[in-house]
This record gives sequence, structure tokens and C-alpha cells, in this order.
Amino acid sequence: MSGNGPFALFRWEKLFESWDQFALGFLRTLEVAALALLLALAIGIVFGVLSTTKSRILQGIVRGYVEFFQNTPLLIQIFFYYNGLAMLGLVLGKFAIGVLGVGIYHGAYVTEVMRGGIDSIHKGQAEAAQSQGFTYVQTMRYIILPQTVKIVLPPLTNQAVNLIKNTSVLAMIAGADLMYAADSWASYTLNYGPAYVVAGVLYFILCFPLSTWARHYEERLKKQGVQKEVKEQKETNVEVAV
Amino acid sequence: MSAFTSVFSADNVGFLLQGLLTTIGLSVGVVFLSLIFGSILGILRNYVKFIGKIAGIYIEIFRNTPLLLWMFACIFLVPSSLVPSATLRGALALFLYTSAVIAEIVRGGLNSISNGQFEAAKSQGFNFVQTLWYIIMPQCLHHIIPSLLSQIITTIKDTSFLAGFGILEFFRTGQIIMGQNIANVEKTTQTFLIFGLLAVVYFVICFSLSCVVRNWKKRNVDVTK
Repeated sequence: MSGNGPFALFRWEKLFESWDQFALGFLRTLEVAALALLLALAIGIVFGVLSTTKSRILQGIVRGYVEFFQNTPLLIQIFFYYNGLAMLGLVLGKFAIGVLGVGIYHGAYVTEVMRGGIDSIHKGQAEAAQSQGFTYVQTMRYIILPQTVKIVLPPLTNQAVNLIKNTSVLAMIAGADLMYAADSWASYTLNYGPAYVVAGVLYFILCFPLSTWARHYEERLKKQGVQKEVKEQKETNVEVAV
Repeated sequence: MSAFTSVFSADNVGFLLQGLLTTIGLSVGVVFLSLIFGSILGILRNYVKFIGKIAGIYIEIFRNTPLLLWMFACIFLVPSSLVPSATLRGALALFLYTSAVIAEIVRGGLNSISNGQFEAAKSQGFNFVQTLWYIIMPQCLHHIIPSLLSQIITTIKDTSFLAGFGILEFFRTGQIIMGQNIANVEKTTQTFLIFGLLAVVYFVICFSLSCVVRNWKKRNVDVTK
């Protein structure tokens, strides 16, 4: 901690003198993550529902979107919005690029999660609802989607964690987020160690509660599933015994 | 057509190919090493008392912080006397990070296997390592292959982060050609040609892998249901 090492005490003192830069970056990361998450959820719910309709065209559009955005690197997508679109005269701010880029990229993952959730609800339920005069949208809104919430919550939370971490790619286009704040301060003052530690701690504070909650929730769901199976087995065994 | 041939001149194609080879080499190396280290971490976290706690802390730290942060940290903080090339330091970050993610996937697979199997194997005289190697891991692998392959795809995509550190992988070589002054070619055309090529190549690699995932899932749904 003393002397001139990468984590020497004086480096930490310097960092706490310019804490406001880190606070601003942290705030920007929060804003981008929150808005991108909203966008990803909106895309995911709409496209997830669309992919379970019977229309081949809608299914094709959703598939194309999901496959393209899941199978190309986020960084290239971000640079495309930054360099490519600008050449077509569409100049987006870095904040907008962050929200759109990360939101659209994770929207593809959320779509897949939603599709899986909807598929896991028994088809009989949709048919039953429609026999009672529910329209397709009503069936989704009142019958299917409320039941999927329980199933999709853990994978969605994991997606949220990945989304928060991925907002850090904004640093590559000088997007004023936490990663950028840490790196530019580090290379300006040559205090790399403390800068990265503080940035890491701040990201960890955001992500750890979410990922821990998702893990426990998932384990509980699995246990419930197992208990249900055991119960059903016991019941059938009883029937056999009787 | 002339814009196409000027942008993709023999020199440029060679340069791009070199970048692509670097990307593939980095991906294969990182994935291979992370699979080994990640499996060890996952097993330790699940079955070994004290070291398992340490493995757990490692996993949680890396899983809840951005990969980019570790790339910055490794490239600028790991002394170059220890790891001389920036490419290797960047790959080290990707390896450390991916191992943590794979460890969690492996752990999920291990949890899906009932403890009775350990007892059964023990009764037949298998020791712990033999039980893991011959009984538990093959079943675990069977469960987690889809998640593993998605993570491998993510890792291939993640190698592109190294472009931000001037490492000459595929995306970086593309960026460099984007910045060239090529006579008689409009800048917009040049940029879009390169972006198009980058997207297509990454897509072909990742999509063919994800097709493997989907086929595997389809084949195995029939077996279990």
C-alpha cells in the first residue's frame, strides 16, 4: 500500500479527490442500463408473442432479427451505429447509441426467453381461452403472459445483469459511462489500479444482488418442481397400491 | 464492382485473413482453457468445502463485473515482464472471465444430478475422482451442452472487444481498412462493404454453431420425453 506500487496509498487519495467523475459515470451507466432494459423488454415481449403466432411471415421476421443480433458482436453493432449510420447522415448521440445498441442487442435474447416461457405454458390453455371467446391478444394478456412471469423471471434477471455489464462497451466510443470515466481518469492520472477497483466494485454492487436473487429463485423453483414430481409419484404409487 | 475490388485488394484480403485467423486462434484457445478451468471451478464450488468457498468468491466477482473491465485491468496492470504480449494479456482477461461463466453452467449441470448416484458409485468401489469422471461428468455434459455452446458463441463474439486495445484480431483489421484512403472509392461504400463483411463472417461462424445447438436440442427432446 505504500511506496509507488500500482495500489499505493497516494493513488487512492487522488481518486477520492475526483470521486465526482466516477459518480457521473456511474449515473450515466445507470441511465443507459435502465432505458436499454426497458427497450429490450418491450422488444422481447412483443417479438416473443409474435413468434408464437401462426403467421409464417411474422415468425420469419422475428427469427431473422434474433439470429442476426445474437450472432454478430455487440461492439460491431455499436460501431455501426456510430460510424456507419453517421455516413448516411443519421448522427446519433452517444447516449442514444448506448440505449439503442444495447437495448436492441439484448432484445434478441429477451425475445428468446419470452418465446421459451410462452411455449412452456400448455397449449390447451390457449385453446380453452379461445373457446371462451378470448381474442389472441386477450389470451396472451390475461392467461398466458401472467403465467410465464414466474418461469422467465430468473433468465430475464440474468439478461439484465449481462445488459448492465455490456453497457461498458460505450467506453469504446467515449460514451461517458462508468467504464469510460474510470479508464480516462486512470490514463490521465496514471493511477490504473484504484480506478479499476472502484469501477469493479460499482458494477458489482449493481449486478451481484440481481444475479444472486436469480440463482436462489431458480433453485427454489427447481425444488418446488422436484417436490411436485415426488408428490405426484407418491400419489400414483398410492393409487397402484390401492 | 471496381469499388469492391479496390477495397478487397489482395493485400487487404490477406490482412483480413490474418485478423480472422487471430480471432479463431484466440477463440479456440480461450474456449479450450476456460472449459477445463471452468469445470474445475464448478466442481470445487459444489463439492469441496474450503476451496469451494474461494472458487465461489472468484466466480461471483468475475460474473458480476464487465469483461471489458478485466481487459483493461489485465492489459494495463499485468506487468509486461510477466506476460509480454498485449494480445496474450487480453486473452488472459477473456479466459478468466469466461471460466467463471462456464463454472456456473457446469454447476447447474451438476446440481441436476441426484446424490444417489454418488452413493451408488461409492458402493461399487469408485473413488470421488473416478465417480466424477466416469459417472457424473458425462451426464452433466449431456445436460449443459446447449448452454455451453451458447457461451462459446458469446466468447467468440467477445474476442472483438480486443479491437479496442489495438490487438489485430478480425474486427480491428476491418477497422484499419475502413480508415484507409482508397482512390476512387466513396468512403460510405468502403465503410459499408467492411461492416457487411464483418457481420457476414461473424454471423456465419456463430450461426453455424447455434444450428448445432438447435439440432442437439431437437434430438434430445425426443430422448427425454
